[in-house]
Parts: sequence; C-alpha cells; structure tokens
Amino acid sequence: MDLPDKDVLLALYRQMLMLRRFEEAVARVYREGKIPGFVHLYIGEEAVATGVCAHLEKTDYVTSTHRGHGHALAKGVPARQVMAELWGRSTGCSGGRGGSMHLYAPEYGLLGTNGIVGPSIINGAGAAFSAKYRGTSQVTVAFFGDGANNTGSFHEGLNLASIWKLPVVFVCENNLYATEMSFLKATAGQSVAARAAAYAMPGVAVDGQDVLAVYQAAGEAIARARAGEGPTLIECRTYRFVGHHEGDPGTGYRTQEEVEEWRKRDPIPLFRDRLLTDKVVTQDELAQIGDDVEAHVQDAIDFSAQSAWPSPQEAATKVFASPL
Amino acid sequence: MREIRYIDAIREAQAEEMRRDKTVFIFGEGIGPRGGAFTQTQGMWDEFGEKRLIDTPISELGFTGVAVGAAMTGLRPIVDIMFWDFAFEALGQIVNQAARIHYMSNGQIKVPLVVRGVIGAGQSAGGHHSNSPYPLYTQMPGLKIVIPATPYDVKGLLKTAIRDDDPVMVFEHKGLYNTKGPVPEEEYTIPFGQAIVRREGSDVTLVATSRMVLLALEAAETLADEGISAEVVDPRTLVPLDKKTILASIRKTNRVVVVDEAFSPCGVGGEIAALAADEAFYHLDAPIKRIHSLSVPTPSSPPLEKAVVPSLEQIVTTVREVMNQ
Repeated sequence: MDLPDKDVLLALYRQMLMLRRFEEAVARVYREGKIPGFVHLYIGEEAVATGVCAHLEKTDYVTSTHRGHGHALAKGVPARQVMAELWGRSTGCSGGRGGSMHLYAPEYGLLGTNGIVGPSIINGAGAAFSAKYRGTSQVTVAFFGDGANNTGSFHEGLNLASIWKLPVVFVCENNLYATEMSFLKATAGQSVAARAAAYAMPGVAVDGQDVLAVYQAAGEAIARARAGEGPTLIECRTYRFVGHHEGDPGTGYRTQEEVEEWRKRDPIPLFRDRLLTDKVVTQDELAQIGDDVEAHVQDAIDFSAQSAWPSPQEAATKVFASPL
Repeated sequence: MREIRYIDAIREAQAEEMRRDKTVFIFGEGIGPRGGAFTQTQGMWDEFGEKRLIDTPISELGFTGVAVGAAMTGLRPIVDIMFWDFAFEALGQIVNQAARIHYMSNGQIKVPLVVRGVIGAGQSAGGHHSNSPYPLYTQMPGLKIVIPATPYDVKGLLKTAIRDDDPVMVFEHKGLYNTKGPVPEEEYTIPFGQAIVRREGSDVTLVATSRMVLLALEAAETLADEGISAEVVDPRTLVPLDKKTILASIRKTNRVVVVDEAFSPCGVGGEIAALAADEAFYHLDAPIKRIHSLSVPTPSSPPLEKAVVPSLEQIVTTVREVMNQ
C-alpha cells in the first residue's frame, strides 16, 4: 500500500505511544495502590485500536471489552477522564460508578467497555441498527477478544448484522489467550476470520502488530459499512505482552520464549523503525512526540490524584433515568 | 364504555405508541405479516411495515442485545419475547447490560427498552412455556416490573412502559388474553407505582397479582357469602411498589394473604409479608399467609398442573384460617 500522509502517520505513532505510556502508568500506580479493583492492560495490542479508530468520526460508535482503556483513548475520550475513572474518582468518565470495565463516554461515541465477554458484539450491532433505522451515516466498531468468538453473542450478532446489513465492523483482537485458554485449543477451525464466511460477510485476517495493515483493513471495512454495504469481520492477530490482568504474571499457560518472540514484534518500535527507515520523520520529531505523550499521561495522573471521590450520599442515585 | 379483550388492548397500546413516536419499533418472532403468535400485532403490518415490525430469527440473545444497543442510541424498542421462559436465553443482556447501563454510565446513557411477553400456567404448555419469572427481575436494580391484570391496565401500563426512559419488563398472563373488560376509546396512560383496590372489604386483605387477581375476586365473592369481607389489592407494578396503598389496606383489615402465581422463595409474598411486618406489625391480628405455585417446574398433564397452581379453594381455606386466629 501507499503510505498515508505524514500527519496521519505521526498521529498513528502518537496514538500508539499514548496507549502504551498510559497503560504503563496505570500499571505503576496500580502497584502503588492508587487504583481499586481490576485492570486489564492493552500493552502489545496498541496497533489495533489505533489503526481502527483513526478512521472514526466523533459521532461513530465503539463498543468495547474488559481490556478497553485503549479503545476509549483511541476513540477520543480524554485521558484525564479515563484515568480518573480507574482511580474511582468523581471526575471519571463514569463518575466513579463504572471503573476500568465500565467506561462510558457517549459524547465521544464510546458506548461502554464491558465486564462480560460477548455483549460488545451484539450491543454494537444494536447501535448500528439504530444508525440505519435513524438514517444516519454513523458506523459502529465492535471490539472483542478471541474469547468472545466462541460465545453465542458472536454467532447471533454476526448473523443478525448480516441479514439486516448493518453498518458495523467487528474487530476481533485475537491475542491468542482467553485469560489462560489457548485460542488454538478453544476455537474449532482455528480462525476467527474464516467464520465470516458462514455469515456471508467479508472476513479479513491482519497482522495486528502492523498498524498500517490494521489501518488499511479497517479503512476498507468502515468505508464499506458507511456506504451501506454491510458488516465486515476483521481478525487482528496480536498479543498481550502482560498478564490477563495486573497481578497475573502471564506465565503458566504460555512460554517465556513465546512472549519474547512476540515482544520482538512490538507494534511501536516496528512502526517507528519503518518511519525512520523511510525517512518520514526524524529522531527529534519522535522524541518530541514522546515528551508530549509523557506530559499528557502525567497530567492525567495528577488530575486523578487531585480529583474528589464521589459522595457516598450519591451511591443510590441514578439507578433509573426516571426515578421510581 | 366499550369492552375489549386483554390481547386487543395490547395491540392498541402498541399501535398508538408507534403512531405517536417513530422511534418505537417491535422485535419479535412472527410479529410481522403473521400478526404475532397471540394476534398481538394483527392488522398492524400495512401501517407500520417491515421497518418497524421486525420479524426476527429465533435468536433471543441476539435481538435482545441489538435492542439494548438501539435503546442506548436513541430508539425505543419493544422486544416481544413471546414466552417469558425464552427470555432466559437473553438474561445477560437484560440484567447485566440493560438494567445497569444508566447507573454505571453515571446517568449518561438511557435504555428505554420494553420487554413483554406471556407468563403463567393453565394451558398444559409444560415447563418451558408456563413460567412466571418476574420475582427474579424485581431483584435486579434498574428494571421496572409491570404485571397487569385487566385489559384497561395492560393498555395504560404498556403505553407508560413504552414512554418510560428505563428498561421495563411487562408480564402478561396468557390466561388473561381472552378476558374482556372496559377500555375507553380515549387516550390514557396509567402511572407506575399505583396499586388499585379491586374490591373493598374490612376483614382481610388479599394482595393478588396478574391472573390471581381474578381468583382472589372470586374467592372474595365466596367468602362474602360466609360473612367474611375481603379486600382485594392489585399492586399492578412490582417495581415501583405502591407500599402506601397496600399498607393502608392491611392497617384497615388487620389481616393479609398474598396470592401470587410465581414461586414462593424470595418472592412477592415474602416481600409483602416483610412490608407488613416492618410497617404494620402492630396492626396485624393474624399471621401473614402466602399462596404461591409449588416450587416445581410446571408440569404439562392437566391434573398435575392444576395441583401446582394456587386454587380458589386454597385461597378460601387460607382466609378462613386467618379469620379464626
């Protein structure tokens, strides 16, 4: 493929780096006890959210998973709001009611990360149904993991999206392990993309470590959805460099050699090297982006640390939109 | 006033709300040109067509999930689940998603979803077409629970449900579908959380739901011949629950018997009993009694099915018992 314009390339680089530095900071403050609950980090998978969301408008929708910080950031939710939510603060994007697995920011088109594997697929199809019903050009991207591709939500969601020709792109982040369950053991046929054929939609397998490959595949699928031509399934082969959640060493079900092999295909250095080799950017420009990103993440940390806790008096409010 | 059947009232409510608000549509199996398994959409196809009467595959999880996503983004779906037993296939979407999103999103996202369908035994439909599972849903914060007993109520409450900004679960007893009652031609809605006293009395309060309201009224008639004056209170909605009307009746009669077709454990009877014990304890002259279906999967064979569902005799006998204490 032809390289996109330089501003697109730099935006992709900046976004991937932002997702990485954000999660590294989360891991650090989590160990310091600043973040309650569970966090599932996106480290290693940054090329997917980045390459896909680069094509989305603010009014487009994203549904996401338990590993969703990267999706929220890439969809444009301010880092301050995402970080503060992880900290359980009132300034978080869900006011502290959600936490890591329940980030909601409809203003930015984020219809929720999710504590359950599978719903992002059918609820995403629902947002797409809504856009079609209302006659808008909005596209929905439903992110999910390889663990979800054996749930009923996957099969029912893809079927309905196809028979109703919904403007949705299903993006499977196949990081090869559903917690500790190997994708190869869990999935008959050993391919997510191949399952698209059963639902009469295009199924595309891409290298999820190559942000440009993701960018291109997603661009085609999103354009197709926006043109009213129906859904696409994209399988991004990727890897989480860390455990399932913070605290899981990520060993015991995968070998150190395997982790090391995948780390050699870290999407950020891969892309940086390509940009430098092709002389698209200079070291100085990259260093400047690095500094900006660090400052941005530090700002989100400072903001969270200074934010107020939600008031216990509000614990029982907002259960209903029209109260009982 | 004209009299129409319960099922006709459902159809009218849906058609009127769809006419009023273009964001209202129906998902369901056979609700298109066929007009629904119970004629609940009969005659609506020509007016609303395939855009708004969406015949779904048998894919309860899928279309309920699509409805939730649509409700999150500005539409007002009605999920016609046919038999509430089928909703168990979609339970995660109703409970984990629809019910919780408004709260978890800090009030940013509304989920104006209606799920409606039939409950109840009495037609030998067996263990997968006879359940009355509403108590389960009352335990899930974020859901409103509607359980109408008459044509008038089902029309007014269903219209309110469709206009409500929260997920509302509507439980319609299939044994009520052919019952007739007065329903005005004019537009009306019924607010949630308003119980109704179906029959006034002074000796004992029968709190009854759904089809059991008819049985309780019949029992009250029988008891009147014996000189026992029974008051029949129908909560109409379980969430919100009109505690005030129920308590006022208990404080007046000093005795309470709950008649409800669902199962007993952690159920409607237990809830009313707790309410009476908490807030009307010193008014009570007799133990609180609960009449529910036996906790067994609903059997198909008529004598077996009859044996598990609350009966007229059971109500009359139980009331006599509490009157003797």
